[in-house]
Amino acid sequence: MQDWREDKTFFRATIALPVIWFLIFFVVPMAMVWAYSVGENVGPVDVEITGTFANYAKAFTPEVLKVMGDSIVLAFVTTLICLVVAFPVALAMTFADEKQKAWLLLLIMLPFWTNLLIRTYALIAVMRSSGVINTGLEGLHGLLAFAGLQMGTFEPLPLLYNKFAVVVGLVYVHLPFMVLPLYAALDRLDKSLIEASLDLGAGHLETIRRVIVPLAAPGIAAGLVITFIPALGAYLTPDLLGGPDDLMIASLIERQFKRANDWPFGAALSFILMYITLLFFAIRAFMERKGGKVGAH
Amino acid sequence: MSDRDTIIRVEEVTKRYGKVTAVDRVTLEIPRGEFFALLGPSGCGKTTLLRMLAGFEMPSEGKIFIDGVDMSTIPPNKRPVNMVFQSYAVFPHMTVFENVAYGLKFDNVAKADQYGRVMAALADVKLDHLAERKPDQMSGGQRQRVALARALVKKPKVLLLDEPLSALDAKLREAMRFELAELQDKVGITFVMVTHDQDEALAMAGRCAVMDRGKLMQTATPSNLYEFPANKFVADFIGSVNLFEGTLEVDEPDHAIVQSEELGGRIFFDHGVSGAGGEKMWVGIRPEKIELLKREEGSTPPTPEDAPSGCNVTAGIVRQISYLGSESIYEIDLINGRRMQVSRPNLSRWDQEDFTWDDEVWLRWHGDSPVLLQS
Repeated sequence: MQDWREDKTFFRATIALPVIWFLIFFVVPMAMVWAYSVGENVGPVDVEITGTFANYAKAFTPEVLKVMGDSIVLAFVTTLICLVVAFPVALAMTFADEKQKAWLLLLIMLPFWTNLLIRTYALIAVMRSSGVINTGLEGLHGLLAFAGLQMGTFEPLPLLYNKFAVVVGLVYVHLPFMVLPLYAALDRLDKSLIEASLDLGAGHLETIRRVIVPLAAPGIAAGLVITFIPALGAYLTPDLLGGPDDLMIASLIERQFKRANDWPFGAALSFILMYITLLFFAIRAFMERKGGKVGAH
Repeated sequence: MSDRDTIIRVEEVTKRYGKVTAVDRVTLEIPRGEFFALLGPSGCGKTTLLRMLAGFEMPSEGKIFIDGVDMSTIPPNKRPVNMVFQSYAVFPHMTVFENVAYGLKFDNVAKADQYGRVMAALADVKLDHLAERKPDQMSGGQRQRVALARALVKKPKVLLLDEPLSALDAKLREAMRFELAELQDKVGITFVMVTHDQDEALAMAGRCAVMDRGKLMQTATPSNLYEFPANKFVADFIGSVNLFEGTLEVDEPDHAIVQSEELGGRIFFDHGVSGAGGEKMWVGIRPEKIELLKREEGSTPPTPEDAPSGCNVTAGIVRQISYLGSESIYEIDLINGRRMQVSRPNLSRWDQEDFTWDDEVWLRWHGDSPVLLQS
């Protein structure tokens, strides 16, 4: 019998479908968007590909740069908060017994199975001025006033439609992206290394700093990139939770394609977002190689 | 401070995981400077006991004292013990030197002294020339030496070793046995080793504790474990043994006789056994303590000179032979169908040809060879 791996026809037959899929739904549309990005509007719906870089130049105006800067800062803050929150969660999960692990993983994955829109509106319900948090605080306020404390009138906390709300939303949505790679990295760690560190006199924090974090570094790097990239391109969350000043780059792109009807500029912005993303991938690859070299010698 | 004072005292220690009792009321004392082995089949609780000494597990009941100090509330990083892990647990992101220096950081050892102590510890395990290597460039045996140096550099009161030789290949294992014993002699630190390999324990340890299903079966020197096992489990676990059920018929200060249906005869002891007569007991006879003689049709049984006639001799047929070079193991079927094992050293180059398959033989042993076991 012939080895199927050496059977060229079989190989071609199986690879053909994914290749065609990839061409039609990724390469061709991307090429079209790229073509638009060097085009000009010549009518309400017509775009002529002229090879101009004016659309890219338009991105370097203060307003657009502010949105891009804000997006990077918001995504960065989100990523850091995710790391700080997810690390203990992932570490705790690795120490749970096998049965609990499956349940905990399920809990982490559960939000993925719920529509993002529904989750975001749920968050709004929690955070709006007559939402769960503010109503609760108001009740507490009333209680304290009843107890005779001079409290003044209750002002609901401005939890929504600002950068705070955007970060909360982004952290909430992207937390699993951080927990899962961290968990994968920490779970692979030989537990006896942690015990050895304790045995040799290190406390728990010293052990985390000197043993767990260095050995989980690839997982941490993966988590940072995997969280940062979707957070940077987030559309729905900042759009619904942010105020008019808290525009992120995806919303700006959406406006070009819809309200502004400026497809070439929208296309150029899309590609700038992609270049930023690729830049972070490159930084990660570079750091990994550097880390690898250190590890090998 | 006398040489024989107690460094570890385990008092009525029990460890339960839910409904499973891993360690069951173990009481144990280990003198300072001893090479002690915890021996038993997998799942007997020996590793749990070791991990309780290290502080990774806490006893459900009972107390552990190390150098007279109750360890009940002392976490692993504050205990005067260090461990060599089964997987060695050498930190892969540190060089050999950094691995060994790691534990000194927490001991308030001056930076200037660290270098000397690390290099001395590495010299003790003959690794001083590889200080700058990374663990992934080393063999399993070398990594184990790193783990040893890393633990010993802290000058612990007790060194714990979890199955130290199990991951090494046969030749290296043999060499490491002697080396570990020599190292222990040199540094004078109490070693507590966990192993499932009886050869390892007998070869290296000054004293062994045999455990089974969480219970301590016997604590004794290797030769006492082998020659004077406390019960059936120890007799069977340490080396090979032929076990026969029987009842004690005669029990005098200078001799005893056990009647055994299983053997199809009587077993004579040339010493008193101080057991209760008439009760069910077991007799264990080691394969090498049985003599093999040719049996011809109609010949009389050659009863050993110290035993009354008809004792300590039985007839059989050779069924299986394992030639092991230095000795041969014979599986022999007795007349009543019961199988017995006899080993015979190959003292000359032709000895293994003395007996062959289906040979009719006499099995014979002296009155001091069998051991009476009450449980």
